[in-house]
Amino acid sequence: MPKVTVETVDHVARLARLSLTDEERALFARQLDQILEYAESIQSLDTDAVEPMSHALTAGTFRADVPREGLARDRVLESAPDPRDGLFRVPRVLGG
Amino acid sequence: MSALHELSASDIRRKVVAREVSAEEVAKAHLARLKAVEGKVDAYLLVLEDRALEKARAVDRALAEGRPAPALAGVPVAIKDVLDIEGLPTTCGSRILEAYRPPFTATAVARLEAAGAVVLGKTNMDEFAMGSSTENSAYKKTKNPWDLTRVPGGSSGGSAAAVAARTAPLALGTDTGGSIRQPAALCGVVGLKPTYGRVSRYGLVAFASSLDQIGPFARTVEDVALAASVLCGHDPLDSTSASLSVPDFTAALAGGGRGARIGVPWGFLKEGVDEGQMARFREALSVLEKAGARLVEVQLPHLPHAIATYYIVATAEASSNLARYDGVRYGLRAKDPADLGRLYGETRDRGFGPEVKRRIILGTFVLSSGYYDAYYLRAQKVRTLIRRDFERVFEACDVVATPTSPVPAFRFGEKADDPLQMYLADIFTVPANLAGIPGLAIPCGFAAGLPAGLQLLARPFDEETLLRLGAAYQAGTDHHLQSPKLG
Repeated sequence: MPKVTVETVDHVARLARLSLTDEERALFARQLDQILEYAESIQSLDTDAVEPMSHALTAGTFRADVPREGLARDRVLESAPDPRDGLFRVPRVLGG
Repeated sequence: MSALHELSASDIRRKVVAREVSAEEVAKAHLARLKAVEGKVDAYLLVLEDRALEKARAVDRALAEGRPAPALAGVPVAIKDVLDIEGLPTTCGSRILEAYRPPFTATAVARLEAAGAVVLGKTNMDEFAMGSSTENSAYKKTKNPWDLTRVPGGSSGGSAAAVAARTAPLALGTDTGGSIRQPAALCGVVGLKPTYGRVSRYGLVAFASSLDQIGPFARTVEDVALAASVLCGHDPLDSTSASLSVPDFTAALAGGGRGARIGVPWGFLKEGVDEGQMARFREALSVLEKAGARLVEVQLPHLPHAIATYYIVATAEASSNLARYDGVRYGLRAKDPADLGRLYGETRDRGFGPEVKRRIILGTFVLSSGYYDAYYLRAQKVRTLIRRDFERVFEACDVVATPTSPVPAFRFGEKADDPLQMYLADIFTVPANLAGIPGLAIPCGFAAGLPAGLQLLARPFDEETLLRLGAAYQAGTDHHLQSPKLG
């Protein structure tokens, strides 16, 4: 099924918020096509009656839904690239 | 007496508790060893000399005051740089987290330190744990201590190399598709991937959340058991950590091999395995037979689909987990972007290396509209089939044995330009992550001067059987006592 083109990579890169160079776009298109070609093997299996497995938990647990203190705001903002007045500052959201 | 840096964690603990040697002397000996060989191996991204000596002195003071001796008193440990220690860098081998200082400490690290372990430093890794050679680190290339022209494996290559190079008797790694077991095999040390849910992942930077697990490296199975007893157990801060009691893994070691049934999937081992690795694997099986175990042939018919399944599931989860690196709340931020959209794109382009980008693209693709059913959903179904294969096989045997890696340590650059060839190196390790079962990698000799590895897999939460058989194997061999010549 796969024939990954540069256009496919561009579409997916947009979804993933990745800016790629022209070199990366061409390289990834070629490599993804190769990887997906290899992954075609799973298409041959009959999985109609098989439940999907999303995790391997056999003994998970739930905690009581009780409010508790989170991390202090100042502590969290210490790692922020551009904190301002207790908030994360970002550039304009809508195009200029 | 052999040099302090050659001692096992268990021996160090015994000597420190008996006050034959101080924790400070042990830490100093390992820091001196580190200075002597690190220039050749490059296993560490950060060495915490002052902090380590302070912690070691605190262990000595507590013992002098007559406090109860903790399980890892004075044992030096190296931590993969994917686990947080409050206030210290956690880079994940990535430029995007270069300046990040986490405001909390991972439970696994906190448990080691509470048990008297002394953290020496943070170790190198493939960026975001994506890779099988540690070549994807944005910072340095870690060398295999057995042959400095070869890779240590990955993604926990720094931790495996540190233990092999005798700069630490114990290290922590993480294993999403083999990232503990494969470097353990390539560096000739022991590595345990516990059952999914055994060890709290609080403070672990996520790669693929349904597969990631934290585990120890050491040179002996006894040391791995000692560390596992400290690491395992429920943590209220990680709801995926299991509320099961943790056995005394050290006590389990005495059982020997008698009566154990070892399943070998011979059909799956027919092709693609290096001759030397295969020869050592067969010899390892005879050692286990001599220890009283019995071999049975088993079939795991869906394993040929494991790599495809793994690289769909893992990249899908990674593409979602790595969405958090957006330049807004922490980590790198691109300079002066025109708007928020460009801030995201440019930050991620500058901050991520090629393998991480490749996996984000692949993971986003398999989750995208029109491809989700054919790739992601189908891979989740094949994952069920792989788990069922193991459930069925474990009715007829107690463990499954394979080589850990189909190939020994390869040369730098050998697979770096061909991602698919790199992925295929994980063929024997990814099934355990997909099925959620525990796996143990044990060094089983050398072929052409490079370490070979035996892998044992067991039922969920049956680490005891793995460790018991691993200890029986090491009781009958001396491969784990060989030391690389680093001068």
